[in-house]
Amino acid sequence: MSPVPSQLQWKISSWMMIFRTALEERLVYRGDFALGTLMRFLPIVTQIFLWFAVFDAIESKGDNTEGTIGGFSFEEIVAYYLLTMLGRAFSSMPGLASGIAKQIREGEIKRYLIQPIDLIGFLLLNRIAHKFAYYVIAAGPFALVFFLCRHYFVSGWPSLTTLFAFTLSLVMGFLIGFFLEASIGMIGFWFLEVSSLLFVYMLFSFFLSGHMFPLSLLPDSIEYFVTFLPLKYLAYFPAAIFLGKIPQDELLFELALEACWLVFFIALCRIAYSRGVQRYSGYGG
Amino acid sequence: MEYNDTAGTVGEEIQTMSLKDPHPNYLKVFLTFAKNSLIRDMTFRTNFVLQCVSSVGWTLMNVGFYLILFQYTDTIGAESGWDRDKFFLFLATTWFINSIVQAFFMPNAEEFSELIRTGGLDFALLKPIDTQFLISFRKVDWSSLSNFGAGIVIAIISLHNLAHRENTPMIPGWHEIALYLIFVILGIVIMYSLMICLSATSVWLGRNQTLYNFWFYITNFSRYPMEMYDRGWGRPLYGIFTFIIPVLLVVNVPARILARPIDPRTTGEWFFVAWAFVAACGSVIFSRWIFHRALSSYRSASS
Repeated sequence: MSPVPSQLQWKISSWMMIFRTALEERLVYRGDFALGTLMRFLPIVTQIFLWFAVFDAIESKGDNTEGTIGGFSFEEIVAYYLLTMLGRAFSSMPGLASGIAKQIREGEIKRYLIQPIDLIGFLLLNRIAHKFAYYVIAAGPFALVFFLCRHYFVSGWPSLTTLFAFTLSLVMGFLIGFFLEASIGMIGFWFLEVSSLLFVYMLFSFFLSGHMFPLSLLPDSIEYFVTFLPLKYLAYFPAAIFLGKIPQDELLFELALEACWLVFFIALCRIAYSRGVQRYSGYGG
Repeated sequence: MEYNDTAGTVGEEIQTMSLKDPHPNYLKVFLTFAKNSLIRDMTFRTNFVLQCVSSVGWTLMNVGFYLILFQYTDTIGAESGWDRDKFFLFLATTWFINSIVQAFFMPNAEEFSELIRTGGLDFALLKPIDTQFLISFRKVDWSSLSNFGAGIVIAIISLHNLAHRENTPMIPGWHEIALYLIFVILGIVIMYSLMICLSATSVWLGRNQTLYNFWFYITNFSRYPMEMYDRGWGRPLYGIFTFIIPVLLVVNVPARILARPIDPRTTGEWFFVAWAFVAACGSVIFSRWIFHRALSSYRSASS
């Protein structure tokens, strides 16, 4: 009389299988991947020069004695951009929402309604495998760039607590990114075409996640609202933790808040999926 | 995004035209291409409007970023003269050039590597018209021109601010405006040549997704005042992107002519103006040579 463990075993083995397949699928394109990763750092070169020019102008004028903008020095801003690349490596989900919408539109989603596999779980495992493969290959280029730019990290390695919080925020950033985008993909149950909506989301996310510039540069009145949005967890928040821009005594509270957002998006995604499936009528063969 | 392929009818049109006259009327052919693309765009009107809105949205976000930047600083670079209004003129120039490149050349360059991969280039080679012309102007992405409009708005606002400010108001003269227009066109020519060179390499490489990323990363350098790179380890980049792949001249030369960041102008500035002219001519010749080299080593992929 042990149907429960055997079912669990079956589940684990099938999840492992999905993970392995996705991992192998991803490693096929490793050469292109590594080169692409290195190229992605190129825009940072222009950013370094732009910010140098900005700080140069500020210092020559001489009325900003601290030499900081929004609490960031020149070196910290460069370090910030590098760290957001790391944050985005966790939280960006290329093709997730559009993939879900496409599966809905083309009727492929029926597969998950008939087979004993949960769509969201399947996609999450797939994504973890893809990310895992990505890190294996991207670790080289990332390490190289961070090593070459080590002098921008003026305060050296942060404390262990900070590193732990940083890792936690990266992992939660990944999960928030996943469930947020999956929820957007679920809109496909209601509107068949979501690509333009996605583009608008991408625009806002680029700006409001802190990928474009540190959010603390925003005028105070706007910053106040933006920091309430969950988008900051995708890029700004992990980098700010690493650079010690989040005060130690607020760190726990901020991380708890992030966890709340995560729970919110998991629930939202689940509800949207179950509601969507009820609405769904299978188009296409 | 799905649309009907009207290339067939265009081909027929070219052929009937060329039967009457062995030298096709390039302007007429181009207008036909442009008309067909517009018809295609207007078939999916909501999609078209959304594309316009999203590209203008991207522009607004950039404007927002630079407005924030100028909250903290008066100029970009000490003594460079690029204050807020002048820098926004620079940005407007960037948008003029980029929107034209994206509207007219980008969709075609994207298709070119696809034509090579699928062997569809055979049909282009058979047409009685210059192949480079046919490849470069077949499609027009009208929605990208919305950023041209955004550029005009930005330019008008900054010119207005420059003319009405208290210390050193500035109104560009007619000869400056004329020179500006000429060098915007030459900038577009440089960008076009670069794009032709990059897409021609797909004949040798088969598929070049990374090269298109490369295009974005290279042109990324052209978006800022060039003197910014002229220090420390930026010097090699400055040299390469000014004298070998002249992308730094594309926006910088016309923008400097109009915005006059350093007044009076230096002789160095005139040197770059002259060099931009030479570079534009040189890059057209070079890209045409590369394109023909690529065509001669093309082996059809179909059958």
